[in-house]
Amino acid sequence: MMGDGIIIASALAYMGLLFGIAYYGDQRADAGRSIIANPYIYTLSLAIYCTAWTFYGSVGLAAVSGVDFLPVYLGPTLMAVLFWFVLRRIVRITKVHRITSIADFIGSRYGKSGLLAGMVTLIVMLGILPYISIQLKAIAASFSLLRQYPEVSRLAISTQHPVWMDTTFFVALVLIVFTILFGTRHIDNTERHEGMVAAVAFESMFKLLAFMLVGVVVTFMLFDGPGDLFQHAAEHPDLAPLLRFEVVPGGYGGWLSLTFLSMMAFLFLPRQFQVLVVENVNEAHIRKAIWLFPLYLFAINLFVLPIALGGRLMFNNGDVDADTFVLALPMAEHMPMLALLVFLGGLSAAASMIMFETVTLSTMVCNDLVMPILLRANPRWLAGQTDLSGLLLGIRRVGIVILILLGYLYFRFVSESYALVTSGLVSFAAAAQFAPPILIGLFWKRANRRGALIGLSGGFLVWAYTLLLPAMARSGWIGTDFVDTGLLGLELLKPYALFGLKNLDPYMHSVFWSMLLNIGGLVFGSMLSQPDPLEQVQGSQFVDILKRERHDGDSLLWRGVVETAELYDLLSRFLGPQRATEAFDRYAHDHGGYPLQADSRLIHYTERLLAGAIGAASARVMISSIVMGEVLSIEEVMTILDESTQVLEYSRRLEQKSGELEAASAELREANNRLRELDRLKDEFISTVTHELRTPLTSIRAFSEILLANPDMEVEQRSKFLSIIVKESERLTRLINQVLDMAKIDSGRIEWHMDEIDLRTLIQDAINSTSQLFCDKAVALHEELGDAPVIIDGDHDRLTQVIINLLSNAVKFCPEQGGKVTIRLQPSSNRWRIEVIDNGPGIASDQHKLIFEKFHQVSNAHAGKPKGTGLGLPISQRIVEYHNGRIWVESETGKGAMFIVELPGTL
Amino acid sequence: MSNKILVVDDEPNIVLSLEFLMKQAGFQVRTASDGEAALAAITAEPPDLVLLDVMMPRKNGYEVCQAIRAHPDWASVRIIMLTAKGREVEREKGLALGADDYITKPFSTQEVVERVRELLAEAG
Repeated sequence: MMGDGIIIASALAYMGLLFGIAYYGDQRADAGRSIIANPYIYTLSLAIYCTAWTFYGSVGLAAVSGVDFLPVYLGPTLMAVLFWFVLRRIVRITKVHRITSIADFIGSRYGKSGLLAGMVTLIVMLGILPYISIQLKAIAASFSLLRQYPEVSRLAISTQHPVWMDTTFFVALVLIVFTILFGTRHIDNTERHEGMVAAVAFESMFKLLAFMLVGVVVTFMLFDGPGDLFQHAAEHPDLAPLLRFEVVPGGYGGWLSLTFLSMMAFLFLPRQFQVLVVENVNEAHIRKAIWLFPLYLFAINLFVLPIALGGRLMFNNGDVDADTFVLALPMAEHMPMLALLVFLGGLSAAASMIMFETVTLSTMVCNDLVMPILLRANPRWLAGQTDLSGLLLGIRRVGIVILILLGYLYFRFVSESYALVTSGLVSFAAAAQFAPPILIGLFWKRANRRGALIGLSGGFLVWAYTLLLPAMARSGWIGTDFVDTGLLGLELLKPYALFGLKNLDPYMHSVFWSMLLNIGGLVFGSMLSQPDPLEQVQGSQFVDILKRERHDGDSLLWRGVVETAELYDLLSRFLGPQRATEAFDRYAHDHGGYPLQADSRLIHYTERLLAGAIGAASARVMISSIVMGEVLSIEEVMTILDESTQVLEYSRRLEQKSGELEAASAELREANNRLRELDRLKDEFISTVTHELRTPLTSIRAFSEILLANPDMEVEQRSKFLSIIVKESERLTRLINQVLDMAKIDSGRIEWHMDEIDLRTLIQDAINSTSQLFCDKAVALHEELGDAPVIIDGDHDRLTQVIINLLSNAVKFCPEQGGKVTIRLQPSSNRWRIEVIDNGPGIASDQHKLIFEKFHQVSNAHAGKPKGTGLGLPISQRIVEYHNGRIWVESETGKGAMFIVELPGTL
Repeated sequence: MSNKILVVDDEPNIVLSLEFLMKQAGFQVRTASDGEAALAAITAEPPDLVLLDVMMPRKNGYEVCQAIRAHPDWASVRIIMLTAKGREVEREKGLALGADDYITKPFSTQEVVERVRELLAEAG
């Protein structure tokens, strides 16, 4: 015997541990440091899919029909493959619209339909009862078995005891308490339960480890490894067929329908929707879950067959219920600790399912069933309440109590006679009814409320008639006549062979007819009716979820007027003043304050927050009760929608285009600036050139006129004036040439004739050309050019021009008496250096750079001696720089000047 | 008593030609080759008329013009601006700054002499 006290104490301690984890998770979430915000926790939380059904039931099924337990895990694996296409959309929509549950999702999709959401809630409630009942059954059964330790016997959980002596009833009560503690501590506007998710992730690890431990013990301790185990099984006449995959009770059609059902159930069971969608923190986690979750399923299924075979080999046929092999084997082997661990693992799997499912369901019942009814029945009373969050919590708690008790009743009166898996599949088939409205609604905009209502009710009725009612009939609740002969004796209405469709297993049969009606109803119902504006808005928003960056389409629908204060009052009634204030502060922070008269954006914001607490449909009703305004016509909505999708597409393209344009226009602007600057420089240049040309012309004209007007002028004066005219004419010519040179150089149109030239000869030539100047002014020239030729690469004529320019400048600035110019050619490191030195007045150091600028002239007033053009040095500089050389001046006022040209070239 | 003319230009040959023309017309002529020198000459003895070049080193013609007009004692000094920049703006600027007339280079010698005579006659 294992004392009840020990078992109960460990169970309570384990639940306490889970509660501690959940509590810690909530604390961390409130502090903004989530512990569940990583893909591994997310994946583990998905394993809430593996309930007592998996823990005990898989082995039970495998013991009878071999690999038949697999489709239930194949389905989720296949669904995981589709995660990125389907789940990501659903998650995105849920976040954007603050959807709180699967009922809310379907209701929202079809125009925030309260009717549809309520219907989904009802279907879920009925559909989920068998599922809850088998969890209760599993806990009670494992408890009853374990307390017999080490005795292992087949014992039916008796439902003959009165309720107050029934273990299962007490299990249900304990679960109610824990569920209320876990799940309804406060009302959130996102309806997320981080703590519970953390606890689920933990228990997923725990049940996996417990199960694998049993597997390892059976495979390696009871037998000598898998080879030995399968060897034994193969020799057993009853077991051999299991290994040959011959026993497929429902045929391959059965496999197919089971795989399909579990695919849908994995996504659309309320608790699955909750962990997969509502509790998802980050879309990126889905990516990891795609491969990680199938891995978990693989791990937990690895030892199903070994345990099943081991059980069959260890216990003689019929001695022990195959559904309890996992627990019975350690017990039979006298391993109390392992047995206790397994019990806790099973408890954990069952309890987490019940708790999560009922919390989720109670939210749905509250938001989508009770609140809408209250709103309709007694809006005045509701409007009078200042804080409704207490009411909401109360409704949810009552919902939890009722749901678990209903699950208990179903167990007590219906599912007792069924194996775990069989009852569970009834629930799966119910959840599958949500697949058409959700999946089709995700991709087909025209799917509308009427279609969804028709489809869903059709599917639901078929499900109830072909699966639920027969199950109840078998339990003796209602007569079995209709099962055997059809309703009203009509052959066509036999629940397992509707319209003569025979020879299918009941699930395949039910799935076929319910899906046919469901999908058909949805498609034809939608095509034959017109959606109202809100349905169109929602449909388009859901389908285009991934295309849209901004999601304010339905905010357009609020065109009415309401005071911001009224909105605040409404929100604080449902969320409490503190959360309402926080929410409005956040809005003010994001939008820079809020208007006194709420605009459509603020109304929409409030609606979404409210939707988080009481569901989309109820939120819609509440808001419209205080917003005075008109409803948009269908044409207006269509226009807005069409425009907004088109505009979005346009704006995306425009954005791209405008990015390109921006770059282009920046380039243009730069080019334009450059042009404008060049234009300005050109203007200035022309203005300066004009001035420079007019100056000699002025002298020429003035003296010519003077000479013309004074024919009897003295000869000496006449020739002086004439020589001025000549010199100014020369200056004009030089100026014109140099301006042209300059223009050519600056515009790059000058032709360079690069060749090997002898610098020494070149300088010699330049000296010869300017000898007349030296002669005229009696300036002495010293040459220090060396003896050997100096060969470099260069343009002979241009370099000659530079040297002539320097020599003539030197002569020009030499004193009238004792002028002296030195020209020198010498190597300087790996360059050639030409120096032209005069003994003139010198150049002040602040002028050293300026003299190389165009038209800059050192003032040198002297009648009869025309000034330079102001272009000689700038041109020289450009020529030298073209040769990769350098030209500069070294001088001090009063001490002559030395112009230096350095040209590259080797010795 | 003949009128006194001050010729201001940094181009020696232009100064030479104007000096010759003014002397021939019977005026007393002094010359200056930049703005500072011009103001010094005016301070030393205010002339009746200044022939004033614009583009000069060390104070350009506009500055000299302004300085003359700013001085109450020199109110009777006539100013003719000479410039090689023939744009209309330059002319307006010169007149706005208080110049009495404006001649563009290259000028007609006859016209220069006539304008000088006219201005001096107006002044009486």
